[in-house]
Amino acid sequence: MKRRHALRALNGIFHRELLRTLRQRGRLVSAMVRPLVWLAIFAAGFRSVLGLSTTPPYQTYVLYEVYVVPGLAAMMLLFHAMASSLAMVYDREMGSMRLLLTAPLPRWYLLGARLLASVVVGLPLVYLFLVVARYWDVRPPMLGYLAVLPALVLSGLMLGAFGLLVSSLSTQMENFAGVMNFVIFPMFFASTALYPLWRLAEAGPVLATVAMLNPFSHAVELIRFALYLRFTPISFLVVLACLLVFFLAAVVGYDPGRGLWSRRGDQ
Amino acid sequence: MNALSLDSVSHSFKQRRVLDAVSFSVAQGRVCILLGRNGAGKTTLFSLVTGLYHARFGSVQVFGHAMRTDPAAALAAMGVVFQQQTLDLDLTTAENLRYHAALHGLAAEVAEARMREELGRLAVLDRLHDPVRSLSGGQRRRVEIARALMHRPRILLLDEPTTGLDVPGRQALAHHVHGLCRERGIAALWATHFLEEVTPEDDVVVLHAGRVQWAGGADRIEAELGVASMTDAFAKLTAAA
Repeated sequence: MKRRHALRALNGIFHRELLRTLRQRGRLVSAMVRPLVWLAIFAAGFRSVLGLSTTPPYQTYVLYEVYVVPGLAAMMLLFHAMASSLAMVYDREMGSMRLLLTAPLPRWYLLGARLLASVVVGLPLVYLFLVVARYWDVRPPMLGYLAVLPALVLSGLMLGAFGLLVSSLSTQMENFAGVMNFVIFPMFFASTALYPLWRLAEAGPVLATVAMLNPFSHAVELIRFALYLRFTPISFLVVLACLLVFFLAAVVGYDPGRGLWSRRGDQ
Repeated sequence: MNALSLDSVSHSFKQRRVLDAVSFSVAQGRVCILLGRNGAGKTTLFSLVTGLYHARFGSVQVFGHAMRTDPAAALAAMGVVFQQQTLDLDLTTAENLRYHAALHGLAAEVAEARMREELGRLAVLDRLHDPVRSLSGGQRRRVEIARALMHRPRILLLDEPTTGLDVPGRQALAHHVHGLCRERGIAALWATHFLEEVTPEDDVVVLHAGRVQWAGGADRIEAELGVASMTDAFAKLTAAA
């Protein structure tokens, strides 16, 4: 693989992803409105009933809005990843996926480039949300906005790779939409996005264990800690490991010799 | 060296055998018509030749590059027009072609020049900045062919490219592809079930129920089979279930 060719392909894939995203204004608006509704309505309601004791990385009691914002940022990445994977299934049904898969580059590279492009295109909205959240007095240190970037990218890649894996196993868009419902909601609700782990443990040890094992929880904590200039090595390693496992499994799923598509013949 | 060689290619989906020991080759500068009824295995064969998935058995080589072991070199040499439309409807013609050029590693200035050249040759340059969604079926096909030629392939693969086109459109397309093979010396594998798309100077491979029933020059098929026309020859070769 020639480096110049690879970079041009990456640029082309990124450009296409950007154009498609910018032209789907409804998706852009809903991606922004969704976390704001959670922040403005859900968090406001919970603020009065959910007391939060000092939990790392916070060094004092914090408002529920402060707690929930990193989880909502991760939620944006999760929804973006799933929407991007749905677009891959759509591309496959519409035929345009063939163009990508018949490009003279290794398939792992093409899938990785598509994954990276999707994450990069989704990041500005997350930042916009973090800036808007300042209106609700969610004001992490300014340097935190920079420190959170690698955490957002890594988490976005991990969630995107998971979506890629799911898309490699889906035969039709209808199936994929169903899978999304079974994936997004359990992943989001059984995590530390909305409640800290000790709260979940109070509700039941099983739920706390599920949340602790849920890779999305670790993405949330990685983002939360980075936003407040802290680093959580366990979450980092879990997110990184999940990224590698999901991506490798997705590459196998799209492999011309081993993937399900070669056995079903409907690629 | 042959542009494309298939050697004992077999493939199954679950228990259903779709291709059975398919062997044939396409010489440089030749148009090879892959004739077969619907369901004969043409599209599966195209998927294997383009590396979308690998054949269970046998080998596919493009200019000596094995699709299984050296897919990048094989794919770089081919331009593909799939049966199913593969243009992105939300993008303009130019954006679709730039995307393809990037995937093939073309520099931006080269891509712009070739885009205009190929679209101009196919008389769709005036739709350069229009969304593909607004193009007619025939224009979309021509854009796909222009796109397939942008990276200067040495073999063109066309899977039922005239589907949905009217008679003049089909004739124009066939004329254009034959012209390309003559002028640029590229090879073409053209899958179709329309017998009128075969010209006497073409090579023909008749595929039926996943097997090659006949392969050779189109000008010899009638004499060898002892029939009066290509229609009769095709009917005779594809009569068995």
